[in-house]
Amino acid sequence: MLTAENLKKAYGSLQAVDGVSFRVGPGEVFGLLGPNGAGKTTTIGMLAGLVAPDSGEVRIAGHHISGDTSPQKRRLGVVPQELALFDELSAAANLTLFGALYGLSGAAAAKEQDRVLTLVGLADRAKDKVSNFSGGMKRRLNLAAALMHDPQVILLDEPTVGVDPQSRNAIFDNLETLKAAGKTLLYTTHYMEEAERLCDHIAIMDHGKVIATDTVAGLLRQAPVSSFVLIDLVANDFANLVEAAALPGVVSATLSGRQLRLGVQSMGDLPELLRWLLSHGGEFEHVQTERPTLETVFLHLTGRSLRDA
Amino acid sequence: MTAFLALVRKDLQIFFGDTRAVIMAFAAPILIGSFFGYVFGGNQNKKESTRLEVLFVDQEQGLVAKQLLASMQQDANLEVTPSALEPAREAVHKGKAPVAIIIPVGFGDQAARALFGSGAKPEITVLFDPSHQVEASMVRGILAGQMMVAMSSKPGGFSLPFMTKDEALTARAGVAYNSYAHSFGGMAIQFMLFMGIDVGIGLLLLRQRGLWRRFRAAPLSKIVLLGSRAASAMLVGMMILAVVFTFARVVFGVKIEGSLPGFIGVCGAFSLMTAAYGLLIAALAKTPEAARGLAILATLLMVMMSGAWVPSFMFPSWMQSFTKLVPARWAMDGLDAMTWRGLGIEEALLPIAVLLGSTVVFGAIAVWRFRWEAD
Repeated sequence: MLTAENLKKAYGSLQAVDGVSFRVGPGEVFGLLGPNGAGKTTTIGMLAGLVAPDSGEVRIAGHHISGDTSPQKRRLGVVPQELALFDELSAAANLTLFGALYGLSGAAAAKEQDRVLTLVGLADRAKDKVSNFSGGMKRRLNLAAALMHDPQVILLDEPTVGVDPQSRNAIFDNLETLKAAGKTLLYTTHYMEEAERLCDHIAIMDHGKVIATDTVAGLLRQAPVSSFVLIDLVANDFANLVEAAALPGVVSATLSGRQLRLGVQSMGDLPELLRWLLSHGGEFEHVQTERPTLETVFLHLTGRSLRDA
Repeated sequence: MTAFLALVRKDLQIFFGDTRAVIMAFAAPILIGSFFGYVFGGNQNKKESTRLEVLFVDQEQGLVAKQLLASMQQDANLEVTPSALEPAREAVHKGKAPVAIIIPVGFGDQAARALFGSGAKPEITVLFDPSHQVEASMVRGILAGQMMVAMSSKPGGFSLPFMTKDEALTARAGVAYNSYAHSFGGMAIQFMLFMGIDVGIGLLLLRQRGLWRRFRAAPLSKIVLLGSRAASAMLVGMMILAVVFTFARVVFGVKIEGSLPGFIGVCGAFSLMTAAYGLLIAALAKTPEAARGLAILATLLMVMMSGAWVPSFMFPSWMQSFTKLVPARWAMDGLDAMTWRGLGIEEALLPIAVLLGSTVVFGAIAVWRFRWEAD
């Protein structure tokens, strides 16, 4: 449904997007995961026809977007990162306007308005001014505005920035409903938890390039560890961290206060590790395990933390 | 067409939902126009013009001085009050009176001898407030005329061998000059241009608020995007002119003494130019903040040179020629011509042509320089 091939875009000497390619099918959620400045928004801009690529091409259902009034634009719904709404108008007036941009008017517009307001849970606030909405409600209306013309492909640029957990979950529910309806969703975020929860496929971007792309499970397999073991020590004077890191099966070892964090290749090594710890001054009171995340993968691929990059 | 109309409707909804914008657009020109209209003479059909206060210090107490005082008090332009020297000097110094005349001791006899060339001319001192030089000159002129009247009462005296008949050339005989016509036109022009600034800033805010991304993602042509903004600005501009001139008509008796189609033509052309001016601001400025300061300065300069604050005939001659480069000057001249001057449509054609030409130039630059890409 949505294909990007070797997209490139430079602003002066800055190569914002450098050879990005991917393909997203119907009923699929594709995530672009990367830190701020990775090139996600520019990529979305090129997909939506907002930014002209220096090279490469975009196809929607096999068609190019050519020109301002291209009919292919009707297949696309764009949810900008900003709250792109008129605060001075009511929710209904906003939706009427954004529907009209795609030729909707009269009864058809009213029907679509009811549909999208119900979808995002704002049907009872249609007449209220947007300026009176909470941040989470505005985010949901921001999504609804992109759905008025019932697009097949929905481009979502960090649609949950700055919202409370309740509204975030509501938006996730909306997106899962859209996915179930067979819509194609492209979702950019720098929150790995969101990408893991929502996306079927993920492309990890950094410095304008896709550095890895796969399913969530496939990407997690690229992590250098199978698990992390978090061990709460009794005392905070553990002096054998270097030796612990060098043990067979241990990939990484860090000490934060009294908590020792070991990255291990196999959970089968755990009994041996704990015995070694007890015999080397590491008496402990609590042990828990954690599976690796996309953050681990990003750190492994770039040497930097996703949030700090 | 659905999108175009929806965008125009949105602009009008936002404009009329903003109390501050509505007050600035409609109430402010009425208030300030009323003030300037009153200061510049008001409707001279309805009330007497303001009389100039003159203090008269008679140190002679003779017949000629008394005759002079009496005849000056008859002058419709003056309000002459007798005064002692020191209070008169103090009043002028403090700005409480613009002019004082001092008739010296022995003035009558010396003046009579001087009149027939056999003696030194006596000196009348005119004290004046330096900020009222025009009024002082006016008093000197009236004083010369009234002095001849006063001297005619002396044996062998005479009077001026002519009289003047004044005729203000307004729309037609019997129609007095109504300065509210000019002041309301001027203020409507000023606040329409301010509205033009808001049009430009509004477009820049669309970009800043991410709305530009939404608009550009839709299948809309550039003509629809900018044209709808221009159309809504033109509609608001026409409304401002209609409300302002309706108020002036009802309250101050301002009439379209000239061609009504010409008046509508000037209003329409200036509304279009204002809309194009707004688009130009949006095209040349990068951010709303950057636009605001420069656009306000440019607008105030344009308004000042248009003659909206003070009539352009008060400008030095070089400036009267130079200001013809300013489109708003043509709007002002066109409105004056169609209101209190009472001229025909032929006098509106050139202002309309200049305003439409400016619209094309501003619009073309705006389209050429406009940043279409979303950030």
